[in-house]
Amino acid sequence: MIRMSESAGSTQAREALQSAARESDALAVERTLAGERDAFRVLVERHSQQLFRLAYRMTGNEHDAEEVVQEAFLRAYRNLGQFGSRANFGTWAYRIAANYAIDRMRQKRTEDARRSTPSSLAEEQDPLDLVADDRPTPDRLAGNSELRKKMEEALKELSSSERTAFVMRHWEGCAIEEIAAVLKSTTSAAKNTVFRSVQKLRRALEPYVGARGALQAKAAGAAPEPRGTEL
Amino acid sequence: MKHLTEEELVGYREGEITQREAIAEHLTSCTACRTELERIEAVLSALDNLPVPERGPEYGRAVWQKIAPQLPEKAGRGWRAWLEPRRWVAIGAMVAVVIGAFVAGRWTKKPDAGTPAASVAQVKERVLVVAVGEHLGKSEMVLMELANATLPVSGPKQINISAEQKRAEDLLDANRLYRETAQQDGDAALASVLDDLERVLMDVAHSPEEITPAKLESLQKRIEAHGILFKVRVVGKELQEKQKTTNSAPAATDSKVRERNKA
Repeated sequence: MIRMSESAGSTQAREALQSAARESDALAVERTLAGERDAFRVLVERHSQQLFRLAYRMTGNEHDAEEVVQEAFLRAYRNLGQFGSRANFGTWAYRIAANYAIDRMRQKRTEDARRSTPSSLAEEQDPLDLVADDRPTPDRLAGNSELRKKMEEALKELSSSERTAFVMRHWEGCAIEEIAAVLKSTTSAAKNTVFRSVQKLRRALEPYVGARGALQAKAAGAAPEPRGTEL
Repeated sequence: MKHLTEEELVGYREGEITQREAIAEHLTSCTACRTELERIEAVLSALDNLPVPERGPEYGRAVWQKIAPQLPEKAGRGWRAWLEPRRWVAIGAMVAVVIGAFVAGRWTKKPDAGTPAASVAQVKERVLVVAVGEHLGKSEMVLMELANATLPVSGPKQINISAEQKRAEDLLDANRLYRETAQQDGDAALASVLDDLERVLMDVAHSPEEITPAKLESLQKRIEAHGILFKVRVVGKELQEKQKTTNSAPAATDSKVRERNKA
């Protein structure tokens, strides 16, 4: 998987580990293709955790995430011949999982829309009630179960493409090219989707998370300057 | 100097590579933009603290145990499987059958000119002309290679014709279908050429992979005796012309076929 830059030392160490894993992945793939079904077990055991993390962040639900992981490996096994040992199995399986998670999210959305329950995010609540602490740190905020609920809801409000883009970029550190491949879009469209997702999350959560500065400014009658104006 | 846009700040925060230095420089001198970035940062940092349920070290094994009973004995070979020779034979046969069925339909149901079905027939005919034309072109190549193969004066006593043999084998099934279709349609001239071609292709296909110079000479004589290369070339040309005319004007096929049969 293509990742964003890190410190040189840790990058080198990680690359060495990844390269070793890739080699042994390639071997496991070849053996599986040669008819050794058990060789696939190595790949499942090695990549399950990573796929679960991605699937959980995308679906926001443990049960769905587990299903995504299992289905991703089943699909990978059925289509192993298409993969070819030159590529990175982890990246390939990751992409399958992301694609399946998108399908699942869309399916759920359709089902939810049929039931048509109004979003609880729409329910007005005073942001100050949520930010009880004078100086809310992210840790404290996440510990606040109400805020956590708001964050989960805000993520749910994203479209499946936006959520995928956000998860892959922000949490998984994937390159824009990789996100574009999963979304089947251009890199500039993928970049735009990442931005849109952050923008939506910001609009939904800033009253609760970044509230202090804005509210204080409002109280003092000094609204922040509009963006894009000349100094 | 302009403030940074929200998009630029989000891109910067999310590790975008373009204009990083310029944005960083702007941020050192612009308090408003720095504050804006901090607000974005606050939201994203809060989201970073959303927990992901832990899956223990045994999780991979548990996943395997769940999926193992559902896995077929052999992993899907995907496109690799399509490269296997037996697949190509099957695909070739399928294509031939589809073309055959399609052509048979065209010849058994002759729509009146001027009806909408007439244009469908023209399209079908165009496809057939192209298909048979291609088939003849490929056959000609095989026969040419064999006809022009030089007999070794010295050196190996066997000549390897496995490539030509394989190609002849692949062409045989399609040839049989085209010949039968031409016979059904009453296109005797085309059927006769395809019949001659079939015999030669069969000879080549049923030869051993390595043949003696004497056998090669006998094959070459057969190709020459039937004048098959000449016939294939002439019919191929005719089909090419027909293809051009069917592309530009409605086909007056029956009369042309009758004229050719007479000849």
